[in-house]
Amino acid sequence: MSTMKDVTLEINGKNIRAKDGMSILQAAQAADIEIPTFCYHEKLEPYGACRLCIVEITEGKRTRLVTSCVYLVKEGLMVKTNTERVNKIRKMILELLLPLAPTGPLKTLAHQYGVKESRFPAEPTFCILCGLCVRYCAEIKKENAICFMGRGIDRHIVFVSEISAGVCSFCRECHDLCPSGKITKLSEEVASLSPLESEI
Amino acid sequence: MNKIKSPSELEKLRKEILGKKDPKKPSIVICGGTGCNALGAQQVVTVFKEAIKKQDLEGKIDIKETGCLGFCEKGPRVIIYPEEIYYFQVQSSDVSEIMSKTIIEKGLVERLLYTDLVTVEKAKNISDISFYKHQVRTLLQNNAKIDPKRIEDYIATGGYSALAKVLYKMTPEQVLEEVKKANLRGRGGGGFPTGRKWETTRNASGEPKYVIVNCDEGDPGAFMNRSLMEGNPHSVLEGLTIGAYAIGSHEGFVYVRQEYPLAVENTRIAIKQAEKHGLLGKDILGSGFDFTVKIHRGAGAFVSGESSALMTAIEGKVGEPKPKYIHTAEKGIWDKPSNLNNVETWANVPLIISKGADWFRSTGTEGSKGTKIFSLVGKVNNTGLVEVPMGITFRDMIYKIGGGIRFGKKFKAVQIGGPSGGFIPENLLDTRIDFDELRKIGGMMGSGGIIVMDEDTCIVDVARYYIDFLSQESCGKCVPCREGLRQMLNILNNICAGKGKDGDVELLEELSEFVMDASLCALGGTAPNPVLTSIRYFRDEYNAHIKENYCPAGVCRELITYYIQPEKCQACGICVRECPTEAIYGGKNIIHVIDQKKCIRCNTCLDVCPERFSAVEKIPRKSLPLSVPPDTKVVRKR
Repeated sequence: MSTMKDVTLEINGKNIRAKDGMSILQAAQAADIEIPTFCYHEKLEPYGACRLCIVEITEGKRTRLVTSCVYLVKEGLMVKTNTERVNKIRKMILELLLPLAPTGPLKTLAHQYGVKESRFPAEPTFCILCGLCVRYCAEIKKENAICFMGRGIDRHIVFVSEISAGVCSFCRECHDLCPSGKITKLSEEVASLSPLESEI
Repeated sequence: MNKIKSPSELEKLRKEILGKKDPKKPSIVICGGTGCNALGAQQVVTVFKEAIKKQDLEGKIDIKETGCLGFCEKGPRVIIYPEEIYYFQVQSSDVSEIMSKTIIEKGLVERLLYTDLVTVEKAKNISDISFYKHQVRTLLQNNAKIDPKRIEDYIATGGYSALAKVLYKMTPEQVLEEVKKANLRGRGGGGFPTGRKWETTRNASGEPKYVIVNCDEGDPGAFMNRSLMEGNPHSVLEGLTIGAYAIGSHEGFVYVRQEYPLAVENTRIAIKQAEKHGLLGKDILGSGFDFTVKIHRGAGAFVSGESSALMTAIEGKVGEPKPKYIHTAEKGIWDKPSNLNNVETWANVPLIISKGADWFRSTGTEGSKGTKIFSLVGKVNNTGLVEVPMGITFRDMIYKIGGGIRFGKKFKAVQIGGPSGGFIPENLLDTRIDFDELRKIGGMMGSGGIIVMDEDTCIVDVARYYIDFLSQESCGKCVPCREGLRQMLNILNNICAGKGKDGDVELLEELSEFVMDASLCALGGTAPNPVLTSIRYFRDEYNAHIKENYCPAGVCRELITYYIQPEKCQACGICVRECPTEAIYGGKNIIHVIDQKKCIRCNTCLDVCPERFSAVEKIPRKSLPLSVPPDTKVVRKR
């Protein structure tokens, strides 16, 4: 299999040429077709967790939903990024996240999708657990100064104080990645705590 | 022990083992499964051994501790051979009587025999016991003959002859064809054709290839995989080795939960013994085929049973699912082709090879062949480990094998398929249990947990319980599963607390559809099942909670009220004393009254009120129909 072969696929009725091995999301971005994302970052391994980039694909007779950041392009693939089913899912994702982070880019996107208010009770943790900070620190900085803790609905992020004490004040690169302002808040709080109490 | 170098040497060993066995020699078999151990089986074993020693019968009587024998609630279980006498609920205090009456005098200890629920007759043979009569035990039948810590016992029952056949008489392709022809489907719940999965891994590019046993059974109330792994580990290892040969793999893993210490121990011993005998490791049975197995102990996450999460955990990382559009069969552990099957799937393989695909296909339904092991639990009379042909109806399972509902109560629902399985109502009891039929009615096979519920079960509360379980056992990586389940749990908690609102049921349905559509892995993809099926079949119960503040089963604490009927209360003072929150007023000769604000609905007053008075009533409503002001001071005449 040669890796740099080009394939042709169809996104929203438009024929697009993309490099074999690209994800649908990358192909769409290269063609200026917008697909919203929260957990995607071009420098990081695709994570597939925010589910916002879900699109509908048709292969033969079968139409289904796939996550465009991890689904690779194929010759003749038909993709629709804005169907009713897709938008319904995005709306619900935004409605579920809005109570966690009621300000910032999330709010803007929610409005764009017609979500003015959420039906779910506010619980502003300012973290939507997209993992950009955690993965950037691990994959790019190779420091692992911040990580996930807990499982399921108890999942949250923490600084690993033994590491963060030494490296974070010089770096701060994750601050700009955070879509909801959690990191800035968290590091301010951490600065005022002893190492053992740094978990929030 | 020298390594066995050929099939004929294996046969020679088998003959030697069997030759040493005297079929007339008395033998005491005691179930050492986790259920019986919890009921005191280890003590029974100790006392039997002491008694044998004391009576100078050492060497004259065999004593064997086996894996699970089934009827767990009637444990500890003891079988006396050669007469095949089945004793139930044996305690160490019963041992001397069994020794004298049965072993020495060859008579029966009547009170330890099984008593039929209907005829009240004592069962002398296993075929007289309704729990066993309707079962077809092919995978489990050898459990009574095998001490899982002794490979000789497994070899004596014909063990490893399928492996010998495969290595010397069949090509990998022929093995694959036989398994495909048998139409064995994955016992972990997915029901995917095993042969096709093997073929994918076999044909995938990349070396090495891995084969894995999934023993990460984590469903509440399920113990099928545990019992098989504890009771007959060699059957799983033999199946795994055969699979490895067909796939072209030389390395395998047994992923087993750390919470199953006996399964871990017995698997470890089995691997060591198999290696020692040349049945695992280099040059198996002198055939030139190499295959090694390692145990990976799971750290206790339900989600790690999901294939990509399990493989990530084997890599040494946190067991979280990966978004995948390439199957783990092609890219699994360290991105190498990896074939994962459930414990029970692997255990079926030696049987298919020995007895043939046609034999396997002769049991079951059109789409689901063979037998299936279930753990039958809940409000039935007979609970335990059950093996039945695919296609048995729920009705037969519950009424024939399970002996019906306990205490003559009314059946309400049966839940199958683990926490993300569905509820099945009474009018669907004649549904046949197979992969496809279950899917049609919104259920799923899962790995085989069956939980029976009676009229005292609140469906909304059970659905709430499962969503609570899943919201904690989800890895929390993707938004739909984490946040969707969080909000579903919130709504269900509110409904059970009498704070439900109009539109809650519709919102639950909307969230369910979303979580199933948008989640990253199968945990989220199936998690809303208990909610959807409970709404589908028991919508009235949701409405009763929301619209009338009424829990029909009288389970949801916030929706029940305890009430002391003044005309029945004899002012005895017992409930006043026993109430843990001092919520009951009244003294000598003064009728007692519960202060509803202080009451925590613990049921203590109802429990302690003397039966001849029966003055305390549990009302399944939020408020009292007849309210008595707490300052009422009615004097009860004695």
